[in-house]
Amino acid sequence: MGALYNILIDPFVQMGTAPDLFVQTLWEGLVGGMLYALIALGFVLIFKASGVFNFAQGIMVVFAALTLVGLHSAGVPAFVALALAIVVMFVLAWMVERVVLRPLVNQPDIILFMATFGITYFLIGFGEFVFGGDPKVMITEDLYLPKGSITYKALGGTVSLQKLDIAAAIIASIMVAGLAVFFSKTRIGRALRAVADSHSAALSVGISLEQIWVIVWFAAGLVALVTGIFWGARSDVSFALDVIALKALPVLILGGFTSIPGAIVGGLIIGVGEKLWEFYWGPLIGGGTDAWFAYVIALVFLLFRPQGLFGEKIIERV
Amino acid sequence: MLYREAGQFKTSYASDQAVFPILQDRIGIFIILAIVFVVIPMAGNDFILNAVMIPFLIFSLAAIGLNLLTGYTGQLSLGTGAFMGVGAYACYKLTTIFPDVNIIVWVIASGFFSAAVGAVFGLPSLRIKGFYLAIATLAAQFFLEWCFTRIPWLYNYNVSAAIEVPQRQLFGIIVTGPRASAETRYLIVLTIVVAMTWMASNIVHGRIGRMWMAVRDMDIAAELMGIRLLPTKLLAFAVSSFYCGVSGAMMVFLWYGGAESTVFNINQSFTILFMIIIGGLGSLLGSFLGAALIYILPIILRFVPPELGVPLHAATVEHISFMVVGALIVFFLIAEPAGLARLWQIGKQKLRVWPFPY
Repeated sequence: MGALYNILIDPFVQMGTAPDLFVQTLWEGLVGGMLYALIALGFVLIFKASGVFNFAQGIMVVFAALTLVGLHSAGVPAFVALALAIVVMFVLAWMVERVVLRPLVNQPDIILFMATFGITYFLIGFGEFVFGGDPKVMITEDLYLPKGSITYKALGGTVSLQKLDIAAAIIASIMVAGLAVFFSKTRIGRALRAVADSHSAALSVGISLEQIWVIVWFAAGLVALVTGIFWGARSDVSFALDVIALKALPVLILGGFTSIPGAIVGGLIIGVGEKLWEFYWGPLIGGGTDAWFAYVIALVFLLFRPQGLFGEKIIERV
Repeated sequence: MLYREAGQFKTSYASDQAVFPILQDRIGIFIILAIVFVVIPMAGNDFILNAVMIPFLIFSLAAIGLNLLTGYTGQLSLGTGAFMGVGAYACYKLTTIFPDVNIIVWVIASGFFSAAVGAVFGLPSLRIKGFYLAIATLAAQFFLEWCFTRIPWLYNYNVSAAIEVPQRQLFGIIVTGPRASAETRYLIVLTIVVAMTWMASNIVHGRIGRMWMAVRDMDIAAELMGIRLLPTKLLAFAVSSFYCGVSGAMMVFLWYGGAESTVFNINQSFTILFMIIIGGLGSLLGSFLGAALIYILPIILRFVPPELGVPLHAATVEHISFMVVGALIVFFLIAEPAGLARLWQIGKQKLRVWPFPY
């Protein structure tokens, strides 16, 4: 009975008696989930347009942030470094298309997936080779990102929100809105959606696949840069973060591989679920549970809805 | 010239279905076995045995295990490292609870624990496929890794939270622990790997292997032909995890001599996956070739620059070897997506028709 009480009732009692703590945990979960969602967004962009399951997305986040910080510490002014980092992401997109994707066209999915592993390893080695392997601090002040926190006296306690997190939320929403407009209103955006529907049909109406691939990898690179800035601001910039990038995978499962809203909702669900679980239930079984909780949610979820929350229904044709 | 089957007639079904139908292949395999069983233990020094051959064989066995699942049955798994860990921790618990039983028996028996865990985590494979399954196996990876750290019973409440291999003797010879000689451990690892490779070869050439391949090629068609998917897939998960578990137990007991949970982390799973992709999916030989390339290449990279007189920082060498491995993965995928095993086949075909082009 005692164990059942601890699992089923006590956490909710705690939530009720200390609502400020609950709100605080919820907020942190939302912020963490937003970062997961941003990584997942990069995955989805590339998967939709080229069918490539881009394992390197998490590393691209770190690589983009590292480029930005590395250039700045080499004496380049912050906003010039930002522009240069964008250029680097474009060059990366172009190189990936040229060197990796184009020779591998028409290969099975697993081969392309493996190729992105190769890109991952190359980027880790290259990034550390050029900028050094030690963790770096993100240049938040030079980019005029706010710091400090807003503290509310509410719910019988205090809730403090980091200004940086609020800025991240605003910029991320602007970026997602921008991407949505880009996809639905512009010529290139429509071409992207055409490619997502069918490669051969898109080719037959004169859409250049190569060009589209460069554009989506560049878009994913931009998303990676933004993610990298906010992620790096919360902790140091180093390749040790790549395990957290794997957290984007259960987010993808929840949201579905092809859905941008899915990636965002999935990210928030995973982020909040993981934080609340770890805070209220984790101590009962020894803590550190956020390492696997997201994957187990995804696994249970998959058993009931294999295509994810918003994914297209998987139809198997014989 | 030398390598051709002219004059070798197959007069029975058994000889037609032989794994090595050509006499030269059989001679070749005997020469290789003679070299690894006799020449290497005699000629090799401790470095060759300890740092090259033992790990190479252990990784090969793990790669065979993953290849049975991913290459033959088509179920992508990212939980290999954790299944190896289950084997290692099971072996540790067994030998500390029953210290008098032959340690080799426990190394093999630990595979059954791993197989049971693997079968449980294989259950979702009936409903989910491809990348989705890969992410589901990540749940196994992270959950088991968490168990290895957070359940102190598994490492006998050691303060260091690591498993230390106790010294065990077999017929008066020290087999495990820090005082065991490299030759003894090498020969034990080699015997187990050869025996299990032989078993794997029999499995994949028999009815079970054909069932697995039918499921891999198209599971709906396989089901229509009367193959029951759930037992087939679960068997693949169990056998694969058995191989990984034995390999993990050997890794700790006959190579490292002690381990923390981080040995069995996600990177280990990825390394094994690289091995089978580079080596060749659905090929036992490919498992060995892939393990050789992925494991031995960084060792060579570490030794080449000082030999050439280029003084490099250890960290720099590490970074460069990452870049080279990454670039090589992409290069091999472009040059030969079917892996090194296919290159070997092409080479053999060329030898058969030599000196003519076809």
